[in-house]
Parts: sequence; C-alpha cells; structure tokens
Amino acid sequence: MRTQDLISALAADTTPRGPPLRKSVLWAGLGAIVLAAMVMQGVLGTRGSFIASLADPRFLFKFLITGVLASVAFRLALRSAEPQSWASAAPGLLLGPLLLLATGVVLELSFLPRALWMPRLVGQNWQQCLIYVPLISLAPLALVLTALRGGASASPTCTGLVAGIASGALGAFFYAAHCPDDSPLFVAVWYMLGIGIMACVGALLGRRLLRW
Amino acid sequence: MRAALGGDERSYRALLTALAPALRGMARRDLLRVGLDPSDAEDVVQETLLALHLKRQTWDPASPLGPWVRAIARHKVVDVMRRRGRKAEVPLADWEDVLTQEAPEEQLTEREAQRLTDALHGRERDVVEAICLSGESVKQAGNRLAMSEGAVRVALHRGLKRLAALYRSKGE
Repeated sequence: MRTQDLISALAADTTPRGPPLRKSVLWAGLGAIVLAAMVMQGVLGTRGSFIASLADPRFLFKFLITGVLASVAFRLALRSAEPQSWASAAPGLLLGPLLLLATGVVLELSFLPRALWMPRLVGQNWQQCLIYVPLISLAPLALVLTALRGGASASPTCTGLVAGIASGALGAFFYAAHCPDDSPLFVAVWYMLGIGIMACVGALLGRRLLRW
Repeated sequence: MRAALGGDERSYRALLTALAPALRGMARRDLLRVGLDPSDAEDVVQETLLALHLKRQTWDPASPLGPWVRAIARHKVVDVMRRRGRKAEVPLADWEDVLTQEAPEEQLTEREAQRLTDALHGRERDVVEAICLSGESVKQAGNRLAMSEGAVRVALHRGLKRLAALYRSKGE
C-alpha cells in the first residue's frame, strides 16, 4: 500500500471523532464514584457508629488520605493517557498523598502509648479490608480503563498502574465508612496493601488493554 | 488539524500529506541509529498516520500539534524497534549500502499488499481496496459496490481500525 493511498483512505474516513479524551475519562471517573458507592451500600453498608464518628479526627483522616490519593492518581492517569504528557505528568505528584499519610502516622505515634501501637496497627478486621477494598474497586477500575482505551498512553503499564491506584483509593474511601479500624497505622498498612493490590491489577490489565 | 477535526476532508488530507515526509525522515533516522533496516521506515510512517487518525481525540485543540505528533511517532518507532529487535539483526554491511542509496520514497511491497488483504474480509476489504488501491472516492465506491455512502464510511472506518490492530498484533 502506498502511503499516499493510505492518506486518501484516512481523509475519507470522516467518522466523527467521538468526545475528547478528557471528557470521556472524567465521565468515567464520575461513574466510578457512583459504582463504588453502590457496591459499598449494597454489600456492606456504613457502620453503626457512622454519625457519631464524624467528630473523630482519625475517622475523618481515612477519608482525607484516600480521597486525596484517589484524585491525584486519577489526574495522573488522565494526563498519562495523552501521548505527549507522561514526562511532564510528574509521578512525583504521588509524593503529596504519601507525605500526608506519613504526617498522620507520625501524629498517631506521638499521641498513642507505645503499648497500643501494635494492636492498632493489626486492628480487628484486616482480612476484610484486603478483600473489600479490591472488591469495591473492581467495577470502577473496569470503567476507567474502558475510557482510557480511547487514550494513547506512552506507557500503558504506568497508566494502568495509576488507574489501579485511583480505583483502589476510591474503594478504600468508601470502605472507610464501614471499617471499624480508624488508626492511621492501620490505614498505612492495610489500606495501602489493598490499594497496592489494585495497582498491580491495573498495571497488568493496562499492559494488555491500553496498547495501541 | 482543527479544520480536519471539524470534518474538512481536503485540509485533513493536506495535513497528513505534509506530515508524511517529516515522519519518514524521523523514522529513518531513528531506525538507522539503532542499527535497524531503514526500509522499515515506511511501515512506521503508515502506522503513525493510522495512529494519528484513530487517536485524534487525544489531541487537545488548545495545545500545539507538534509535540503530540512527535510523541505518537516516537511510540510507533519504538514499537517497530521492539518487534524487529527480536528478529534477525541486519548485518552492518547491508545498511551501509542503504545509507549511500537514494531513499526510495514510497513503495507498494508485496508484503504490504498481502497484509492488507489478509486482514480484512467482505465489505471492509472491498471498500478499503477501492479507496486505497483504486483511489475511488467514497461516492464512487458506494455506487460500484451498491452501498450507501454511510455504509461505505462505516466499513472504511472499521477496516482502518482492523488494519491498525493487525500492525499491533504482528509483534506478538
């Protein structure tokens, strides 16, 4: 096939180009939030002490850290799906949420008597955390990856990875309303492990699905 | 490109035609640099053009076109390098010859014609062949194949997508 012939064919293909990538991914992000909320309410429901806990800074911190992580990772996923942006998308942005988490951990360690460190870290329900965080995140990840397939990532694995972190953090955000463990120590270990599982799933899926 | 996204066929064709030589030069340079056969450059050019077309929704009209085009071309060059790298290396002497040769512009290779017909079936194949190889317009192709213009466009779009997928799967 001569290149000029290919160009003719491309020019003749005036199929409307679909919505801009940013728009479709943003819609997928909103859809992901709704999906995660639905799975959460359908499977678990919020914990009994939910309203009373709203005054507890530890409880609120769980939402802060997961919310910030989810939105930063989501932005990264979106940027990295544009072919020219990966270098400037600065994975260093993820340092922000990490610093926030570290601050929470340091504060908790300084307020908590040493004897309580391990019990708080192990918590009551870490198995549930490792099951439910990924469970709530799966449908949102699928939705976001589907939208990202319209993108052209310079590194499909990395885009999948940050999409996995974003959905994992979103899942953790909703799971936090059910989870009885509030210590930042617990969050730093088990929530992050759950999110890490989703990051791996995202990277593996991205590698296959986001190639172009 | 902005006009092209608005559906202006003529300016789109002019844009792609203008981009092709630049892409070709870039592809040849990159392939030579890593010691691969620069005659693969035309493959890269065609794959890049297909990708530009199918991924045009990832370009933000508010940002400059150049970096976006370069990023896509770079991705495709790396793709081809990865695929070729796994196969036989080209002996050094061979590509010294190529260096001194006049660069052949574009060619219809047996391999590519074969690839085209292998990939597509039925209507998609008829339409892509009509427009690519016989240079018919959408209207002419529609008349000859007794298809509506809309159906020709759909078949063309699907055919192009399949072609891009085929380029990709060659590497696996």
